[in-house]
Amino acid sequence: MSESTQIEVMKQHLIDPEICIRCNSCEEACPIDAITHDANNYVVKPDVCMACQACLPVCPTGAIDNWIRVLAQEPYPIDEQFEWMSLPVEKTLPENAVEIPTGGRREGEQEALAAASTPDGGVVGELKPGDELIEGQPATTAGSSVPPWSAAHPYVNLYTHKNVAEATVAGNYRISADNAESDIHHIVLDFESLPFPVLEGQSIAVFPPGLDARGRPYYARQYSIASPRDGERPGYNNLSLTVKRVTSDYDGNPVAGVCSSYLCDLRRGDKVRVIGPLGATFLMPNLDRANLLMICTGTGAAPMRAMTERCRRLTKRSEFQGRLMLFFGARTQHELPYFGPLMGLPKGFIDINLALSREPDHPKRHVQDLIVERASDVLTLLQDPNTHIYVCGLKGMEHGTLAAMKNIVEASGQSWQELSAGLREQGRMHFETY
Amino acid sequence: MTGIDYSQKIPNNVNLSEDRALQRALEHWQPNYLNWWQSMGPDGSHGFDVYLRTATSVNPDGWAHFDHVKMPDYRWGIFLTPQDGQRKMHFGENKGKDVWQDAPGEYRANLRRIIVTQGDTEPASVEQQRHLGLTAPSLYDLRNLFQVNVEEGRHLWAMAYLLHRYFGRDGREEADALLQRNSGSEDSPRILGAFNEKTPDWLAFYMFTYFTDRDGKFQLSALTESCFDPLARTTRFMLTEEAHHMFVGESGVSRVVQRTAEMMNELKTDDPAVLRKAGVIDLPTIQRYLNFHFSVTIDLFGADESSNAATYYSAGLKGRYEESKRTDDHQLKNDTYRVLKVIDGQLREVEVPMLNALNEVLRDDFIKDSVGGVSRWNRVLEKHGIDFRLITPHKAFNRKIGSLSEIRVSPDGHLLTEEQWRVHQDEWLPTAEDRAFVASLMGRVAEPGKFANWIAPPVIGINRQPVDFEYVRFN
Ligand SMILES: Cc1cc2nc3c(=O)[nH]c(=O)nc-3n(C[C@H](O)[C@H](O)[C@H](O)COP(=O)(O)OP(=O)(O)OC[C@H]3O[C@@H](n4cnc5c(N)ncnc54)[C@H](O)[C@@H]3O)c2cc1C
Ligand code: SF4
Ligand code: SF4
Repeated sequence: MSESTQIEVMKQHLIDPEICIRCNSCEEACPIDAITHDANNYVVKPDVCMACQACLPVCPTGAIDNWIRVLAQEPYPIDEQFEWMSLPVEKTLPENAVEIPTGGRREGEQEALAAASTPDGGVVGELKPGDELIEGQPATTAGSSVPPWSAAHPYVNLYTHKNVAEATVAGNYRISADNAESDIHHIVLDFESLPFPVLEGQSIAVFPPGLDARGRPYYARQYSIASPRDGERPGYNNLSLTVKRVTSDYDGNPVAGVCSSYLCDLRRGDKVRVIGPLGATFLMPNLDRANLLMICTGTGAAPMRAMTERCRRLTKRSEFQGRLMLFFGARTQHELPYFGPLMGLPKGFIDINLALSREPDHPKRHVQDLIVERASDVLTLLQDPNTHIYVCGLKGMEHGTLAAMKNIVEASGQSWQELSAGLREQGRMHFETY
Repeated sequence: MTGIDYSQKIPNNVNLSEDRALQRALEHWQPNYLNWWQSMGPDGSHGFDVYLRTATSVNPDGWAHFDHVKMPDYRWGIFLTPQDGQRKMHFGENKGKDVWQDAPGEYRANLRRIIVTQGDTEPASVEQQRHLGLTAPSLYDLRNLFQVNVEEGRHLWAMAYLLHRYFGRDGREEADALLQRNSGSEDSPRILGAFNEKTPDWLAFYMFTYFTDRDGKFQLSALTESCFDPLARTTRFMLTEEAHHMFVGESGVSRVVQRTAEMMNELKTDDPAVLRKAGVIDLPTIQRYLNFHFSVTIDLFGADESSNAATYYSAGLKGRYEESKRTDDHQLKNDTYRVLKVIDGQLREVEVPMLNALNEVLRDDFIKDSVGGVSRWNRVLEKHGIDFRLITPHKAFNRKIGSLSEIRVSPDGHLLTEEQWRVHQDEWLPTAEDRAFVASLMGRVAEPGKFANWIAPPVIGINRQPVDFEYVRFN
């Protein structure tokens, strides 16, 4: 590999000492203590900062929004920054240098942590539109940055990389059919007496054991929680995940996904290191008359399962009377996680629409096609102020679903711009794609 | 149901729409608040569209929402940093137990008093600044003034919320009283002295936001440590806003100093008379303002020795600045602290029990922090090749509270007789003439990108807008 011969540059995060008023807001806001100070200056530790940008909005002066390109091997150390009276000018860098993400020397841990919480419990991943510096965060910007008003209050980040939680595997089952291409597992983690309160729509991050090619521990990967708040088994302190073994990368080249393989191969009784809970906005309304419009592909089914199961348990106690509509995409029926149990749900409880793209005797359809086919029902739901929309799955689906909803609304002569702005502001439209 | 959408009217993360009791309490208080804002808030500003930062939620992108807003339409809101669910009391006698989610009976009165005192300062500074809008040196500054005003208003909301939500009827009465006292009023003045002083001109405003709002930072920081969790969470969110106020002060004074320095170089003089004629504020005058605001502000921390402070700390009501970062036992029963006293006609440091000296500890933390900013003003002078240096006066200078209030001390810390004080007083504190001169420079500049002659433009605009952005639109 050419890795070692490449010259890498990165954007180093620096604070302008001439503008900074040393108010400490940034240090307070940084979720991973990347900011520190002495009597003279506030500075950012180059080996810790993951460019999550949680510190930007709290800075009253703009002093913190400085990103200077440096050789990745030679960032300005903090001792030097402490001495500064003004920012240095950017040095000339080799032309053939490759840009790596900020904090790239620990790029691993960044991702999970970037999606971890901000000081005020928000999800950093939702802070700014997909910044080039950050990778691996859920793309949630198309949706709301606030939860539904009635959502139960989530706990976020009870466990962090400094304070990792340990869970025990209580079960691990393959849920895609034996003859299916994809290997999807339903994994139950038990926290026993460790407090780990979660809500439907939240996720956790898992640390795979071992070291990466550069000899550093692997970073944590995120997985949506597939069980409702009162446990995979009601009344137990456990939760489930839906994990698909990654066997090819986004471009289709074969790879063995580090964390997904680790998880799919776990056995009952194994210990797993996790952090979280993560996510403070992709949450369901806590209201008996709410409707859920759920759109997902593949393992994006996980949070939908959690929400559906929550509603099912409530319905049994006559505590829920809203409507559920699900659009679910997969290549074939065999690859739909939870296909069996899903099909067992009463029609009156949930309106299920499967979009199968490679089912032999079926026309090839994607979720967006199905949404358009069901235009009038979707429109009725979209116009109901009690409806909340959830989209989860592969990155690519975001655009298509938005376009489909826009079509439907505009075909009815209404303004999508207005409607969708309302949905976003009211915390009623949420995206989580990866 | 009343049919009012509270989350629209009063953005909040305290589940206001479901809390009927709180709704009822606020229904009564909110109109009174609006009346207070109309009559005591910024003078003649009601029709303007101001480029304000509004908090709409506590998410990172929710609390810094920028837009042109008419000030009466500003949505003050009630925001608390989310509960983290695992906070424990980390100082005082109950160290190690779960923090309180409700006000414990035995500490109710003290907690209420702490909240009322903090709450009283918020509307006070709005009242003190109410006429400044008429003489703003630029649209940029006018906008900053208004931003400070609305946030002080919101901080009042934050404290009124705590009173309403956790202190029953007494709390409601105290919340009403917050709107009835007025800064400088003969009959019902604000609780703390500094908040009854006038803020007549923009130099005073910058000094106020630099020093007095920094007092706010330290008081709020001590309250964010409180074991009464709702208070801790409320003040933590307030702190992020307080930072902006200090920014206005620090950069404001810095720009005044810069402009003066430029003029000194241009005219090659340090003669105050010549500089005044050229329309800038001479450095000795700036130093006198600094002396005044510094000394008035450090009085806000209270008496050097205070048994109340000890009680608050031991009970877990109010911690120290950065309590969680300190490494002692967080009970302080056996510790001592050095406090300045007059003994045999000399200023001396004496050891007193730490718990009784906590006001002094906070004051010293504040002083250290303020000195840092003053040195940054000096850097501006350094850069312009000017020898003059601004300095913070001695801790005992011009004190009105505590044991030091009984003596006269020069800015450099020498004990003086009353006679010596009288002779020099005018060199150290702003005179009527100084104030009249500064007042004579004040005149409104309302064209985007233009600045009054006595102040330099800022280095960068607000929210990355250009400096000549239309920060305020007059309609
Ligand atoms: C908020 C959030 C929720 C998530 N929820 C789930 C979930 O419920 N179930 C689940 O299985 N996964 C979920 N993921 C994805 C998961 O975090 C990992 O990205 C995934 O398991 C791959 O990790 P890995 O260590 O196995 O692969 P890696 O070793 O990290 O990557 C191997 C290669 O595969 C590529 N790759 C990574 N992820 C994918 C993917 N999903 N599809 C195709 N190529 C990929 C990488 O670019 C790399 O080239 C979620 C991600 C986010 C951000
Ligand atoms: S960008 Fe994120 S990690 Fe870096 S200093 Fe800011 S808050 Fe900390
Ligand atoms: S928030 Fe901004 S002004 Fe405050 S200390 Fe950090 S960089 Fe400086």
